[in-house]
Amino acid sequence: MATLESKVPSGPLADKWRKHKADIKLVNPANKRKYDIIVVGAGLAGASAASTLAELGYRVRNFVFHDSPRRAHSIAAQGGINAAKNYQNDGDSVYRLFYDTIKGGDYRSREANVHRLAEVSVNIIDQCVAQGVPFAREYGGLLANRSFGGAQVSRTFYARGQTGQQLLLGAYSALSRAIAEGLVEMHNRSEMLDLVLVNGQAKGIITRDLITGAIERHAADAVIVATGGYGNVFNLSTNAIGCNATAIWRAYKRGACFANPCFTQIHPTCIPVSGEYQSKLTLMSESLRNDGRIWVPKRKEDCAKEPGSIAEADRDYYLERMYPSFGNLAPRDISSRAAKRVCDEGRGVGQGGRGVYLDFADAIKRLGEAMVRERYGNLFDIYHEITAENAYRTPMRIYPASHYVMGGLWVDYNMMSNIPGLFVLGEANFSDHGANRLGASALMQGLADGYFVIPYTIGDYLATQKPGSRPSADGPEFKAAADNVTAITKRLLDNKGRQPVSHFHKRLGKIMWDYCGMARTKAGLEKALQEIPALRQEFWANVRVPGSADTLNQSLEQAARVADYMELGELLCLDALTREESCGSHFREEFQYPDGECKRDDEKFAHVAAWEYQGEGKAPLRNVEPLNFEFVKPSVRSYK
Amino acid sequence: MVAENTSSPISITLRVWRQAGPKQPGKFVDYQSANLNPNMSFLEMLDVVNDELTTKGEEPIAFAHDCREGICGTCSATINGKPHGPGVGIATCQVYMRSFRDGDIVTVEPFRARPFPVIKDLITDRSAFDQIQQAGGFITARAGSAPDANATPIPKGDADLAMDAATCIGCGACVAACKNASAMLFVAAKVSHLGLLPQGQAERDRRVLSMVQKMDELGFGNCTNFYECSAACPKLISHDFIARMNRDYLKAVIRSGLSPESVSVGGSA
Repeated sequence: MATLESKVPSGPLADKWRKHKADIKLVNPANKRKYDIIVVGAGLAGASAASTLAELGYRVRNFVFHDSPRRAHSIAAQGGINAAKNYQNDGDSVYRLFYDTIKGGDYRSREANVHRLAEVSVNIIDQCVAQGVPFAREYGGLLANRSFGGAQVSRTFYARGQTGQQLLLGAYSALSRAIAEGLVEMHNRSEMLDLVLVNGQAKGIITRDLITGAIERHAADAVIVATGGYGNVFNLSTNAIGCNATAIWRAYKRGACFANPCFTQIHPTCIPVSGEYQSKLTLMSESLRNDGRIWVPKRKEDCAKEPGSIAEADRDYYLERMYPSFGNLAPRDISSRAAKRVCDEGRGVGQGGRGVYLDFADAIKRLGEAMVRERYGNLFDIYHEITAENAYRTPMRIYPASHYVMGGLWVDYNMMSNIPGLFVLGEANFSDHGANRLGASALMQGLADGYFVIPYTIGDYLATQKPGSRPSADGPEFKAAADNVTAITKRLLDNKGRQPVSHFHKRLGKIMWDYCGMARTKAGLEKALQEIPALRQEFWANVRVPGSADTLNQSLEQAARVADYMELGELLCLDALTREESCGSHFREEFQYPDGECKRDDEKFAHVAAWEYQGEGKAPLRNVEPLNFEFVKPSVRSYK
Repeated sequence: MVAENTSSPISITLRVWRQAGPKQPGKFVDYQSANLNPNMSFLEMLDVVNDELTTKGEEPIAFAHDCREGICGTCSATINGKPHGPGVGIATCQVYMRSFRDGDIVTVEPFRARPFPVIKDLITDRSAFDQIQQAGGFITARAGSAPDANATPIPKGDADLAMDAATCIGCGACVAACKNASAMLFVAAKVSHLGLLPQGQAERDRRVLSMVQKMDELGFGNCTNFYECSAACPKLISHDFIARMNRDYLKAVIRSGLSPESVSVGGSA
């Protein structure tokens, strides 16, 4: 049984991080250059961690499967990044950002972590502006803000609809500088396929060079994994095609606990599915809900009509009706479920009746088309490219889609997993968003972890490791892990099946979406738990992976990732089945109030479920970290 | 331009560049792709073709792609002779089959430029862009050392213009579109983005000198004012930024003559 010690410092909430920074061990500057740190991933969390640790003097090696660190999927985030700057003088504060985030997460995250996130949020904006991130500004030259779901203040900083891109390019530029100075050794097109433990501590990784196919061993004093989330387990999601869970899943199979896998975010505003061939779904930024109004016809009979021909009185602006105080800015989980509900009632629009309108007619009347274009022009363009429809004239059609995962590898307050020496940052960990993440908080967390948390906390571990005690990559543990990777590759390539990988990914995605998507039931999850192992068996019997191991082979890359999803999907459903309550994104139909809202069970489930691998074919162990609320009182989340 | 939404299926002949590796010779190979929904994306069409090839036991077409929403800059194919294919201001992943007509022959090849060698089929090595970026495409600001974000107001016009330049996705279409394989639009975008901001002034001369020097070293050509780069750019970045960079470069050269120490290229920051 794993030990889950959160290491949350004692004392008043607002003093915890300051006190912790004063208490934890330091590595002296002359010793820092004696430590090797591996960083896997170069999104916001990975790139910011790699460059910052290099600035401190550590020797850093950074691995990405992309051709360049600038491609990481953080780049696709559109809407913005939250920070408790209170530049708008509208009552924001560190405490309010903390409170909104913990409430938004439906009281399933650690108070201390969330408060720290809110504290360092202000430093992130300073850092990004200093790097040259061109945030939106007012005519006076000061920074502009907008509001986002789940908040009643304007605290979101943005760069048109390309905030993630600009923040990532900021982190990438800092990383580029560190590479140029020889402080970071960059390994592009290099995919982590196993974690190496020596004496129970993370001391290296095994990678595959995606061009030559070479299986390589890398030893270090500590390993940081910042490889993003597992939303592609649903096949159709807003994630990039290459997003995968392989690094964290292989770490799980080496003993790292996987926390709250069932907390998966379904984003309310995505372009609906249009056909069987579809490879991904495209998000329309939540920021659109600032000015767009969401509605469906009141009557089923009107669904096929031109939206413009439906009279105002015959429209149901259901979010405004159900949640008058937050309206169209209700949090993501709530908005998604509301959309599902009206479509289930037969009032959805567009193909298959799976869509709702996001209408800008009022905003255009109020602000003028030019202003709407300035705020959201690139989003309207994306919508036009995909659907060939002009959203300035006719409302957008949107539907929820898998977007982000709150679950991930378990970490303590230092961002260290239960495996000493393995740190996990950004979406890959579980730490800050509880059961639901608020909009514009993912960018905040990724950069908080990389720029302002790990640079302090990693020292606490490294100070316990003698400089120069790093094991050799020639050791037996490295050989065993490399052999494991080679065996997986060989098994996939030697398989004499008939079906391409995508065939299985689509079927897995359908099971996950149908039984473990926006609404879950005991019966459905039990069905999924039967179907997934059967599908996995079929995958191994019938998948065909063409090509060879020693060249660039995209089929092989994808096959290994989907093979891992086949296992992760099962754990996700098991977690969802075991968590017999509804909270945030995890909605069990059996547990709801008469008005359809989530019914939490704080007595039984105010905890983190951290699953521990027990070996192939064995049920994983469910460890529990209780969540103690010292400073806020968990209540029924209300946005009415 | 995006054609009208339509749903009658089309069939095309796909003429694709196949090349097993950097040193092997490549050639065009034809594939029939039938019964395509015009609302599917060009890359989804390639997915379908690849699944068919896999089922037949042939090796699928290697192509670069990731986000499939026009922001990561990974996708890079020249379609019917045009980098990123038909359409204005879009990346390859944003091309939809409705841009083609039933019976069309559609030619697909990798971005062609000497500094972007082919790795396999449609995938090229664009790491030269990373090297240019590393030469100076940054503002040195150690984490933790920044002043308050609102300490320096930036006129909205400057911030907006910097953002126009900063939208570059680093795809390399500008290079592929240019008969000289010039990377000047890419470099100018980064030089202008950072040079327009007050935070970027300290390293402004160094930056432009280093980045231009690296660009030349890597074998990219020079600009001869045809502006194919801007026309192919998925973010429609204006060639005006090239003029801005040239001006910056000239000023930096003159200043470096007057005081070489202050703008010496290379070395630690």
